[in-house]
Amino acid sequence: MSQNIIDLKNITKIFDDETLVLDNINLYIRKNEFLTLLGPSGCGKTTTLRIIGGFEYPTEGDVFFEGKRINDLPPYKRQINTVFQKYALFPHMNIFENIAFGLRIKKMPEKEIKIKVEEMLQLVGLQNFAKRSVESLSGGQQQRVAIARALVNEPEVLLLDEPLGALDLKLRKGMQIELKKIQQEVGITFVYVTHDQEEALTMSDTIAVMNEGKIQQIGTPEDIYNEPKTAFIADFIGESNIVKGIMIRDYLVEFANRTFECVDKDFGENTEVEVVVRPEDIEITSAETGMLKGEVITSTFKGVHYEMIVKENGRHWMIHSTDMAPVGSYIGMNIGPDLIHIMEKGA
Amino acid sequence: MKSNQKILAYPYVVWLVIFIVVPLILVLYFSLSFRDGGLTLENYRRFMTPIYGKVLYRSLKLAFISTVFCLILGYPMAMIIARADISKRNLMVLLFVLPMWMNFLLRTYAWMTLLGKNGVINNVLGYFNLPTLNLLYNNGAVILGMIYNFIPFMVLPIYSVLAKMDKTLIEAAKDLGANEITVFRKVTFPLSLPGVITGITMVFMPAVSTFVIPKLLGGGQFMLIGNLVEQQFTYVYDWNFGSAISIIMMIFILIAMAITTKYEDPAEESGGLW
Ligand SMILES: Nc1ncnc2c1ncn2[C@@H]1O[C@H](COP(=O)(O)OP(=O)(O)OP(=O)(O)O)[C@@H](O)[C@H]1O
Ligand SMILES: [Mg+2]
Repeated sequence: MSQNIIDLKNITKIFDDETLVLDNINLYIRKNEFLTLLGPSGCGKTTTLRIIGGFEYPTEGDVFFEGKRINDLPPYKRQINTVFQKYALFPHMNIFENIAFGLRIKKMPEKEIKIKVEEMLQLVGLQNFAKRSVESLSGGQQQRVAIARALVNEPEVLLLDEPLGALDLKLRKGMQIELKKIQQEVGITFVYVTHDQEEALTMSDTIAVMNEGKIQQIGTPEDIYNEPKTAFIADFIGESNIVKGIMIRDYLVEFANRTFECVDKDFGENTEVEVVVRPEDIEITSAETGMLKGEVITSTFKGVHYEMIVKENGRHWMIHSTDMAPVGSYIGMNIGPDLIHIMEKGA
Repeated sequence: MKSNQKILAYPYVVWLVIFIVVPLILVLYFSLSFRDGGLTLENYRRFMTPIYGKVLYRSLKLAFISTVFCLILGYPMAMIIARADISKRNLMVLLFVLPMWMNFLLRTYAWMTLLGKNGVINNVLGYFNLPTLNLLYNNGAVILGMIYNFIPFMVLPIYSVLAKMDKTLIEAAKDLGANEITVFRKVTFPLSLPGVITGITMVFMPAVSTFVIPKLLGGGQFMLIGNLVEQQFTYVYDWNFGSAISIIMMIFILIAMAITTKYEDPAEESGGLW
């Protein structure tokens, strides 16, 4: 019981006496766990976080923190901090004061505050931004300030509501690694909300897939990938091609019996990895020039693009393309280095 | 495009010149001239005597007290309205604005019948055999009249700032450990300052210059600067002296505005003020 830092027991949330948003949610979050809530827009992810943070009161059910029921505990008494979906930075304070807000309330000595805030600015890569105003920052920079403002308080639990949504791919990758590192080093429990299945897979210890106010499956990333419990999950997660591969060295990966250049590094040499390729990232070429060759076994028009399944050496590849290759034809497939996503095996 | 917009602004410029700039220049001219022409500072010099200084001081004092009361009473009212459901909000705002549609004089006379020697309050007191009170014709009555008449000008701008405020900022502050009082001190109030400053200006200005309220509720036993101006224009027919007093009053209002707006934008120099 007590190794769970947060227990949600039979949580139901009904807005305005009629809108059922959360339907009997049961969720156990262990200490130091990285748990991700994954699901489509409007499924109730933010509402779940808000109930944990104390900003919504559950219509039914109980919230426990280290075994104690905290339904009636106001947010400011919970050892939980939040990175809000819309940043919610204070516009009347500069970046330094925003990050120092929580420490000031704890009456930390000014010297310590200065050290901690500067550490945080360093961590999120905004060293020279202390004196800047909120409105002078880009969305991505504001998002990083929001992360710093929550992290600096060293909470027991950090709730993150799509904290990397406004960042470009490169920055997002960097922050993903950074957040994961912080979570492991400092030993904070993370409850992380995202739309992005790849992000969920690379970062989480546990994923809870939600749909229409219900938790459909809770499990490790592999569980969710390899053994989706429901058709919804299979559809929601299965949009990517996932194959086993070997990271030969930095920027070089082997899968499907040949090597590919890629943009990932720091996996070590000859390490088993999982390779993820999105269906829309595979380029169709002629059979002679393709990196991979295969036979088109189905081809379906999906409105904007065609969805084709191509059989290559016993593997099935899903391709989304505006070009159509007829069923039965042999085609080549090319994948650009930056479109190959490498994941740690068993991440 | 640009020149089009300029043309559209012309009517406003004409309006500005006819109704604001010209009268202002006339007042300034009157204040700087003798009754039968010729430039002078005599009108201003005349004001620099202890009697008039006392009138000015009393006006500023009463206006200041009224403004402070309007703020203390008006801020919580604005907060209550801003926190109500949207459906109730409009009704509450309407209730606030409704009395303003009534004639100003009528509203002030209503207070006279309430506060008077044989007024409603004293009648009720008398009914319970309690001693009657002198409620009318003192500073208290004047301040009450000012608060009553001008408080909507405090509540409405504060309300509109509070209603527009991003609620997630308050949640973020609570999330970071701030209780209700700290949230108000560090987030809600600083963010509502633009509304507070508009409110202060809009209450202070008419409160300094009003002559109806001190005349009716103060019984004309002591003068405020507004009465002085009115007197010069309507009884003494010394428009020159009246203009000089108006200009002096305007200068004090401008000074008061300058002091308040100085605190308007704490976002620029954060940490300094709050
Ligand atoms: N205060 C509220 N009153 C009424 N309905 C609400 C309220 N807050 C949320 N909802 C509804 O609850 C549902 C779930 O909302 P929630 O914000 O939890 O979704 P989400 O999973 O976070 O979506 P997204 O990924 O788009 O952020 C939505 O249909 C939303 O309209
Ligand atoms: Mg959300």
